[in-house]
Amino acid sequence: MSAGMFRTRTGGRIRRDQPVSFGFDGTSLGAYTGDTVASTLLAHGIHLVARSFKYHRPRGILAAGVEEPNALLTVGQGDAREPNIAATTLEAHDGLTTHTQNAWPSVGFDLMAINSLLSPIFVAGFYYKTFMGPTRKAWMFYEYFIRRAAGLGTASQAPDTDRYDWQHGFTDLLVIGSGPAGLSAALGAARAGMEVTLVEQDFELGGSVLCQPVGSAQDRWLEQMLSDIEATGKVRILTRASAFGLYDGNTVGVIERTAPGRADAKAGVPRQRLHIVRAASIVMACGAIERPLVFAGNDRPGVMLSGAVGTYVNRYGVVPGRQAMFATNNDAAYLDAIALAGTGAKVLLADLRKGTGQPLLARARAAGVEVQLATAITHVQGAHRVRGCTLAPFDIDQGRVIGAGVRHTVDLVAMSAGWTPTLHLTSHRGIKPVYRAELGSFIPGGFDKGHFGAGSMMGAQTLADAIQGGWEAAREAAASNGKSLSAICPLAPDDGDTDLGFSSVGPIIVDKPGDKSFVDFQSDVSVDDVTLAHLEGYQSVEHLKRYTTLGMGTDQGKTSNLNGLAVMAARRGLGIQDVGTTTFRPPYTPATIGALAGRSVAAHLQPVRRTAMHDWHLRHGGIMMEAGLWMRPLWFNTSAATLSEAYKAEMDIVREQVGMADVSTLGKIDVQGPDAAEFLNRVYVNGFAKLPVGKARYGFMLREDGIVMDDGTTSRIGETEFFMTTTTAQAGKVMSHLEFLLQVVWPELRVTVASVSDQWAAMSLAGPKTRDVMRAAFPEVDFGTEAIPHMGVLDVTLAGALAGVRIRIIRLTFSGELAYEVYAPTHYGHRVWEHLLEQGKPWKLRPYGLEALGSLRIEKGHVVGSEMDGRTTLDDLGMGKMASKIKPFWGDALRRSEHLVRTDRPTLVGLEATGPDAAPSIGSILFFADDAIQGHGRGHITSTTYSKSVGKSIGLGLLQGGIAHVGQEIIAASPVHGRQYRLRVVDPCFLDADGERYRA
Amino acid sequence: MLRIQCPYCGLRDHEEFSYFGDATKTYPPLDAQFHDQWVEAVYMRDNPKGIHTEFWQHSMACRRWLVVKRHTVTHDILAVMPARERLVS
Repeated sequence: MSAGMFRTRTGGRIRRDQPVSFGFDGTSLGAYTGDTVASTLLAHGIHLVARSFKYHRPRGILAAGVEEPNALLTVGQGDAREPNIAATTLEAHDGLTTHTQNAWPSVGFDLMAINSLLSPIFVAGFYYKTFMGPTRKAWMFYEYFIRRAAGLGTASQAPDTDRYDWQHGFTDLLVIGSGPAGLSAALGAARAGMEVTLVEQDFELGGSVLCQPVGSAQDRWLEQMLSDIEATGKVRILTRASAFGLYDGNTVGVIERTAPGRADAKAGVPRQRLHIVRAASIVMACGAIERPLVFAGNDRPGVMLSGAVGTYVNRYGVVPGRQAMFATNNDAAYLDAIALAGTGAKVLLADLRKGTGQPLLARARAAGVEVQLATAITHVQGAHRVRGCTLAPFDIDQGRVIGAGVRHTVDLVAMSAGWTPTLHLTSHRGIKPVYRAELGSFIPGGFDKGHFGAGSMMGAQTLADAIQGGWEAAREAAASNGKSLSAICPLAPDDGDTDLGFSSVGPIIVDKPGDKSFVDFQSDVSVDDVTLAHLEGYQSVEHLKRYTTLGMGTDQGKTSNLNGLAVMAARRGLGIQDVGTTTFRPPYTPATIGALAGRSVAAHLQPVRRTAMHDWHLRHGGIMMEAGLWMRPLWFNTSAATLSEAYKAEMDIVREQVGMADVSTLGKIDVQGPDAAEFLNRVYVNGFAKLPVGKARYGFMLREDGIVMDDGTTSRIGETEFFMTTTTAQAGKVMSHLEFLLQVVWPELRVTVASVSDQWAAMSLAGPKTRDVMRAAFPEVDFGTEAIPHMGVLDVTLAGALAGVRIRIIRLTFSGELAYEVYAPTHYGHRVWEHLLEQGKPWKLRPYGLEALGSLRIEKGHVVGSEMDGRTTLDDLGMGKMASKIKPFWGDALRRSEHLVRTDRPTLVGLEATGPDAAPSIGSILFFADDAIQGHGRGHITSTTYSKSVGKSIGLGLLQGGIAHVGQEIIAASPVHGRQYRLRVVDPCFLDADGERYRA
Repeated sequence: MLRIQCPYCGLRDHEEFSYFGDATKTYPPLDAQFHDQWVEAVYMRDNPKGIHTEFWQHSMACRRWLVVKRHTVTHDILAVMPARERLVS
């Protein structure tokens, strides 16, 4: 298969012996290994590859690197597609498929290009002007069409099936960029004895040297450097790796793409790898990006950056045009023009300046380049491809055209308005850039400690400067690591090219009516838009950016930033340095969300905690749900076919027979020490100092601000040993709280705490037949009320089948029935559970799930997280009387704050449906019967269930005035459901208020 | 991506730690009569541009509460000590 008509016969860094092919809009294109998709397209003479964001103007390939704003393609197909990938960074490889985007039916004939005719409407601030104020409703109608017409590619909605990894790395020195400065720094640092990591976003090392002819002095220098670096054995090299962000603590985020076409998710190969690199020192050698000139039609396919043309010729052996015009304000373009002329192309060069060095002019003319000084390009002819351009005499001192234009027939326009240092990474650190007039650009305004810069990023003008700068940076980095390096940089290629000073005169805007002159290609921002923003008062750079969307594309304005500033500066009559710059933020190049997530996706997003009985639940119809990190059975499908039936059946089991629930997820904390009782006395609102050994007590603890933190039961196991339980949700928070109090507030207390949540499995047996089951299961234990009364605690070492297993039995109730909690060492949890089920068969012992557990507690008016929601006080929950009056406790002082003791605070009530259509729903807002139904009301509903015991739907809620309203009807409103219904206020305890059942 | 020198475990990534807040406050006795001092301890916070003394807990490792001096602009960690030994000036 042909690798393209527009190829040089020899040369370039492509592997002509390794042909590949890939799909482009359904056509197979031949290429070589080492080609990018962009170089292949150009080799086949394909310039029109995209339509622009807003106007759907035909667009071609502008650049040869990550700065490409136009040539964005969708890679892959269907659910595996990835939009907006720059063709200039995408390596050609077998199996690749690419498609153009944002055009219908095709980029060649795009019906949406009608937007271009409507461009007088789509000016800066179009949305604000058209759809704000009285016309806002029109936006609702037009949004769909406008969003369809504007934009880039569309992302897949399906889950990403690729694999991504993370790698944490540590290094003495991280060098970012493998151009002349970066290589020099890496070699120097390695020779100084440092462990070096070198990252390069390209798939080949060399940076700007890759744009030089193969076999040139610079190329030979590169080869030597790479072999010297390898010889040190101290440099770890990552290619295809973009240092996308610089963060606190010398941390650099690097995304490495694995080689194209080789990422096989099934074989475990990650598509991308996120490196989190911790570097003692960092040398940034990030290079510089060429700026476009600003003239009418500068966005037409066939208008390219000059350096990109040089790169396509020298690196890829591609001839982007046979009749070219180079427009420049600096020397760099001369070398690109010479390179293109070397392919046999007819080359014209228009330099805005009045002159440049004689050797350069002589070399250009010798190569066949026709140079016109003091000449500007004013506009371009052609729509889908450049057909010609107009040149006119230009006076650089006045900055304007001073004569009539002359048309030239060309098929390629190469432009260069100078070079912009890539200072994004220092910008990530909040360092403001400084303007350097002699460069016509900004450079980093400084560095954090341990960070250094080198090369064209710092404004180095010659290759020798860049190499020397890299070496100096390595020397400083070595010194800051206590190492030393010779001051004499042994490296500089001996070639006439390197003596060329790349002088330039800063960005110049040649703006001619007739066609748009673009500043930002990707966001479709023209000089007119910037001018309009200026006229309308959006003159600060931050306003300019937001009003026109300048620099807000996926390319982050890499080619547009400075030109935008230059236009605004010209309109305001200021220097560029006085206009200021915006701040670049990570990522420098687009980062795949998948890489940032790594393996932390789906089931691996967070740890999963399973109880000892988890597998039993799965085998016996347990329908599991997530409760924080825990998996808990919500209901059992052996109870009934649906949740709404099953939880009622499971409630019946508990109320009428005996049921068992897995409560292993409760937080469990071992509290020991001579001062343990005193400590708990301070932590809980109620007294614990006098709790007898062998007894448990229910308690509340508050936050320091007087709000309820958690509730739970704590047992006294021995004189100096307590066993605390917390709610499942607050276990971690309570543990940290206790540790804070012991380490920070009361370090004098001789107490230690240890989490034993994972050490104990726990099950709660409840129901009128519970004692029978317990006696059958543990015949060695006396379950008489004398031996283990309500809130009694027993530690038992079992005999029989479970001989030697030490369990803990606490007689306490959540459901209001006679109940025991059985704690067993986690490894015996499932055996004790199965033992109880087996022994409980005569009494029809069955498991019940979380839904039934929650409903049983609502019938008893017990509060949980829905009520202890971080806003409620003890009094709000009707628990004020639990607070000790004889000892102070944590939170005691602030719970008396004015706003917490107001009498109009909503407090806990029970709620009953007044009819079959009035089942309460959680979150409904409560109003008194004569209130207007608006605003925040008098409170809200926190928990609801159907209660067979009561015979209707019930709930708990927080209501102003609380149980003073018992017996009254109130109104509940749920705006979300569009419901209003009447409820009766009742006591929150719906069942057995005297506690006869659990005391049985 | 801070790293904190835990006095017990060594230099560790901040992801292992939990942040709590101002460590310059002392807590008054629990009794209700100290209400105003509690308001001061719980609610009154400086928001310094510069060095901030704050509590962190090494929650994913030794569970120790630490006092950390951190620069709120540069995020440099200047000192770390066990909270048990904190000196409140």
